Amino acid sequence: MTTLHIDHVSRWFGNVVAVNDITMTIGPGVTGLLGPNGAGKSTLINMMGGFLAPSNGTVTLDGTTIWRNAGSYRHIGIVPEREAMYDFLTGREFVLANAELHGLGRAEAARALATVQMEYAQDRKISTYSKGMRQRVKMASALVHDPSVLLLDEPFNGMDPRQRMQLMELLRRMGDDGRTVLFSSHILEEVEQLASHIEVVVAGRHAASGDFRKIRRLMTDRPHRYLVRSDNDRALAGALIADPSTAGIEVDLVEGALRIQAIDFGRFTELLPRVARDHGIRLLTVSPSDESLESVFSYLVAA
Amino acid sequence: MSTTHPTAPPAPAGAPRASLFHPTVARLTYRALLGRRRALILFALPALLVVIAVAVRALAGADDSTASGILGGFALGTMVPLIGVIAGTGAIGPEIDDGSVVYLLSKPVPRPTIIFTKLLVATGVTVAFSAVPVLLAGFLLNGNSQQIAVAYAVAAAVASVAYSALFLLLGTITRHAVVFGLVYALVWEALFGTLVPGARTLSVQQWALAVGQKVGAEGALTSDVQLPLAICLLTVLTAGATWYAGRRLKSLTLTGEE
Repeated sequence: MTTLHIDHVSRWFGNVVAVNDITMTIGPGVTGLLGPNGAGKSTLINMMGGFLAPSNGTVTLDGTTIWRNAGSYRHIGIVPEREAMYDFLTGREFVLANAELHGLGRAEAARALATVQMEYAQDRKISTYSKGMRQRVKMASALVHDPSVLLLDEPFNGMDPRQRMQLMELLRRMGDDGRTVLFSSHILEEVEQLASHIEVVVAGRHAASGDFRKIRRLMTDRPHRYLVRSDNDRALAGALIADPSTAGIEVDLVEGALRIQAIDFGRFTELLPRVARDHGIRLLTVSPSDESLESVFSYLVAA
Repeated sequence: MSTTHPTAPPAPAGAPRASLFHPTVARLTYRALLGRRRALILFALPALLVVIAVAVRALAGADDSTASGILGGFALGTMVPLIGVIAGTGAIGPEIDDGSVVYLLSKPVPRPTIIFTKLLVATGVTVAFSAVPVLLAGFLLNGNSQQIAVAYAVAAAVASVAYSALFLLLGTITRHAVVFGLVYALVWEALFGTLVPGARTLSVQQWALAVGQKVGAEGALTSDVQLPLAICLLTVLTAGATWYAGRRLKSLTLTGEE
């Protein structure tokens, strides 16, 4: 069992629509679920993990409904975002308890702890663990029954770069092994480094789906807005507008700056310093004015 | 990090257990109950009862009516429901509150098994921390004259089962299970149950007393409820609360932190 189908799924809480008519298929390999905070990623993962019923539509694992189907947990491993995890147990006791709940034993627990390289701290209480150690023990508990589907909600939150790299490597291998690995993140670079396939969710809607390079290009090629200050704004504006990479320039008298809209990101970033140098203009400020993740995502929704 | 499975994973051996009891769920519940601050209260209340029993016996000597007053008023009226609240809600409420219940629920273990196991543990803890001290305090107070110690201990044990089921259910329904449980235990059972005759019919304490009445000597214990009705109500409450808690757990939703 390896393919998750989300078919016209909506979920609302009272009057708030958290997920709005999303259809996607998550197959073997690593898939990144990307979106800003509050986009509905956790709601989607909770529905895929059988912890939330869709208000509309169906969530199935190879044709079998996951909601209220405890049997599906033989195939699914879940790494929740929340921190709480029986802190009074040691790492070994925790993973062993998870193994026993699957009808497995010490050997499987030991193997899972070895997979996440947590043997060295397995006899310490979880309450003494760092964020990264907790995350790895959570991973071990999710891997203990060798699941074919792994769901991870914001797994890199709070991890240091080394731990992040180790977890990425582990997930990459899981994907290469033929497992279906889905992880959520609000950080584009994180998803880009790990996932070959991306699903983008914004404000509960499915904004984009596919190869990360395609989506990255879409994000890069969107119109970019810059606020530029120089020692000769009007001369700079005249020189820039002659180039097709610039779609519009506004002289903001109040701010004492130019507001530039570029439509060819790559060409414009090369053009600006060259034009300034050729015309002897000194650039004082160059700052992107719409680089927030939300604005990038909003563009994707509209695209 | 490395994985040890280069090929597609085989089907795991774990299968849903048909049994209504799962030892791992029991172990986690038991350790959670006795490993937190609530364990202090679990130990403090019975200790207080025993101290009172020793003091009363030393100061006033053995007296059946004094023994009944302490065992019926403080022990069965206040201590047993309080311990029921702590053990019943504590067996599941904190796990649901902090989200760690996800590790139990994301397993091929039937939800009724989880509830039934937790009920057994909560009942065991309540009996251990209420019925056993009641028996001990009874013997200390009057040496089990008129079977008062045994009768109250039986009543406490019976009440432990019903309270555990009731408060376990509360733990699956509301985040404020302890508050509602305390209101029930202290306002309904201890206050209305004493002052308002009608409330006594719908009081676990009175149902348990009806069972204890049968065990004790004639007139040693009294209840406002007849034994058959008490047994019926105890059974309906325990079975109904357990069944509904299982249903609640089956439909438990996690909404994440978004």
